[in-house]
Amino acid sequence: MSDLILRMTDIVKEFSGVRALDGVSLDVQRGEIHGICGENGAGKSTLMKVLSGVYPHGSFDGTIEFDGEPAEFRSINDSEHAGIVIIHQELALSPYLSIAENIFLGNERATNGIIDWPETNHQARLLLDRVGLGDKVTTPVLQLGVGKQQLVEIAKALSKNVKLLILDEPTAALNDDDSAHLLDLIRGLRDQGITSIIISHKLSEIRSVADNITVIRDGHTVDGFSMKDKDNSEQRLIRSMVGRPLDNLFPARESHIGDEVLRVENWNAFHPVDTNRQVIHDASFYVRAGEVVGFAGLMGAGRTELAMSLFGHQWGTKISGKVYRHGKEIDTHTVSTAIANGVAYVTEDRKRFGLNLIASVAANVTGANMSEVSSFGVIDLHDEISVAERFRNQLNIKTQSVLREVNTLSGGNQQKVVLSKWLHTEPEILILDEPTRGVDVGAKYEIYGIINDLAAQGKAIVVISSELPELLGVSDRIYTIAEGHITGDIPRAEATQERLMQLMTVGEN
Amino acid sequence: MSEATTTAVERKRPSLNINVRDYGLLGALLVIVALFQFWFTHGKLLSGGNPNFLISQNAYVVILAIGMVMVIIAGHIDLSVGSLVAMIGAVVALAMNKWDYPVWAAILVALALGAVVGAWQGFWVAFVRVPAFIVTLAGMLIFRGLAIVFLTGGTEGGLPRAFNQIANGWMPGWFGKFHDVDALTMVLGLVAVVAYLLGQWRSRAKLKARDLPREFFGVFVAKAVLTVAAILYVSYLLANYKGTPYVLFLLGVLVLAYTFVLNRTVFGRHIYAMGGNRFAAMMSGVKTKWVDFFIFVNIGVLTAIAAIVTTARAGAAVSSAGNFYELDAIASVFIGGAAVQGGVGKVSGAVIGALVMGVLNQGLSIAGVDAAWQQVIKGLVLLAAVAFDVMNRRRSGTA
Repeated sequence: MSDLILRMTDIVKEFSGVRALDGVSLDVQRGEIHGICGENGAGKSTLMKVLSGVYPHGSFDGTIEFDGEPAEFRSINDSEHAGIVIIHQELALSPYLSIAENIFLGNERATNGIIDWPETNHQARLLLDRVGLGDKVTTPVLQLGVGKQQLVEIAKALSKNVKLLILDEPTAALNDDDSAHLLDLIRGLRDQGITSIIISHKLSEIRSVADNITVIRDGHTVDGFSMKDKDNSEQRLIRSMVGRPLDNLFPARESHIGDEVLRVENWNAFHPVDTNRQVIHDASFYVRAGEVVGFAGLMGAGRTELAMSLFGHQWGTKISGKVYRHGKEIDTHTVSTAIANGVAYVTEDRKRFGLNLIASVAANVTGANMSEVSSFGVIDLHDEISVAERFRNQLNIKTQSVLREVNTLSGGNQQKVVLSKWLHTEPEILILDEPTRGVDVGAKYEIYGIINDLAAQGKAIVVISSELPELLGVSDRIYTIAEGHITGDIPRAEATQERLMQLMTVGEN
Repeated sequence: MSEATTTAVERKRPSLNINVRDYGLLGALLVIVALFQFWFTHGKLLSGGNPNFLISQNAYVVILAIGMVMVIIAGHIDLSVGSLVAMIGAVVALAMNKWDYPVWAAILVALALGAVVGAWQGFWVAFVRVPAFIVTLAGMLIFRGLAIVFLTGGTEGGLPRAFNQIANGWMPGWFGKFHDVDALTMVLGLVAVVAYLLGQWRSRAKLKARDLPREFFGVFVAKAVLTVAAILYVSYLLANYKGTPYVLFLLGVLVLAYTFVLNRTVFGRHIYAMGGNRFAAMMSGVKTKWVDFFIFVNIGVLTAIAAIVTTARAGAAVSSAGNFYELDAIASVFIGGAAVQGGVGKVSGAVIGALVMGVLNQGLSIAGVDAAWQQVIKGLVLLAAVAFDVMNRRRSGTA
């Protein structure tokens, strides 16, 4: 009964020397729902990009067989033509166009370039009925919630005679009802003969919907089993996902934990666009002097949203809650007041929120605390360069000169520039959001060392990370966050990856 | 120690990359001047009163370009300056003629009005978040309309002589004549040379002290020699005619002041930071809205100065004054190497860009080229300059 619709064998994909995929194999049977699990950065998305032709044939090693024939896709068009449609986490709909227009975008029902509207709308209606969406086909997409938009995407896929539907984190932004509806729909499509691959962090969901599951870790296929197998437990999944040994990736540190520095009480925040969706629910936590506190959560759990809403209300609306520093309430509702109150936030997205890439290292380093290098609004360029040189030495930033543009630096060194910028504000409370994202192993170790030094100086440090080993390596205590709720507060000694993963994947309480 | 050799080699590259654009621009200006001087106008471009005329006639472009470069670095645009020149010109003329204000009071009124109009546009851009393109397009219509309303006859002439002197007068010859040339002008020229050399030498010494990348010594000397020669030559040409025009002095002060603002002040740094990455600036505590607001207040005031110069130059306020000035200013800024997406630009570049436009205007007129063809040529120069810039940046991989 091994009628395979897809067979990917020994896929290897390198990015400038780094192996994102190191011999991944994936077999998908016709008419099944196949789950793919793995930590962030394990290589799931890269694998799907290889499959869908985003990385064209020839840019990777290994073979792909689709529908019994070798597949050599050079673009997304090729793979769609063959019947593979991928639906990304970020939906790719044009908001001001109607549902029908979106479904047939790039694939218009037209003769000689003139669109046949009755046909377009009729076909769209039929497709919407198949996915169980009752809205009028002329409704602009921006009037739909995320759940319904997801259905429009699927209808669009159906319009292309899809044979293999790939869903990347389809329920990440959905509430429970919408998620349940979507999963039912995918089961229904299976009965109509459409094969699906579903990538998800929500393990219970994967286990309920999938027939077979493949686990990827560090660019390897590490496990694969059928839900009919005897050992199909969530424990097995988690073990396979995280089971990497913790070597000496982290510099040793002695903790000297002092009094409470930061306390946040009952923090709430709503989505800035979808203002009825509460993203952070009553989050309360504290950090002590010299303590490194980890925040573990899956993508979309609200980690960054929590941090950015705290820091100058830079994310979200209808924010409420209290922030205390040494027991006294402080104001963090603008970036300036947050900085003035000793809070610094090092963003997870340094290119977007952290750096002016076309400015010099020196200008970036002093950027958040210009008053320290200026008097009466006039910058002392000498001072500025001295400050930059000091951080360059202190954090070992590798650049020919502090006057060079930041975009000439490597990722790790750019990250150190962002860190320098925030250390220059002389904060007492540091929130580090994915401090080692896109940073090579050597620079990671250095950054962990910097975190240790800062803790030794008595600073209160929050580290947000998707990498559990990293959190276990640097933290004294770890909070878990799931769907905007803080679901656990675990001392380092009691924390294991399995336990954290369980708390991170709990559903709506 | 092999490290020394590698850094020595590497040191040369960035400094060259950084300066190619500046030299190219200066070189282009020199080439254009030479072409007109020796070829198209047969020596007329730089003879007699023409250099003086060139400066007085194009002062407005330089003044507006200084304001515009700040707007463009921040990632905005200002289309209203031409109309605003007409409106403020109208008000300043009426203040003196109809309301009998003394000249100094009329000038203050003009500057204040510039600030108010700038605040008005800044408010919409910064706080209501209407794109500057739209706000200033509206301003372009509004101010032109108001200029026509204020000047019922279309013109308000017969302005006080003292006012007209601003754009048509020369600084008094305090030091008398020396071999028939104005001594003050030559002294000012020498002061400029000394200040320039000191400044260049000091900044080079500072770079050397910190072992930071700097230009080849030969390039440094060549640049200094050329610049000194240019300053002295222009001083001589002016001194040989009637001396230093007031507007030249005004331009000198504005260029120095705004170079300082952009390079050395927190406000200037915030403009670059916002243009380079608005989100990052916001996340670093830059009060981006207020920076936007003051950029527009600033260009409002500079436009008022341009209006005063333009009105004084013409000796009358005209409701059609300032037509297309916004385009001259914008073109100068982009010829001067500013980036359309913001974050990049210099006062010196904008000024050289304005001079390129001015020399083209003047040279083509002297050469007797039809006004219609002048526009075609200026358009092509703008396109070529920016295309060169874009290709250059793509090659160096910083686009």
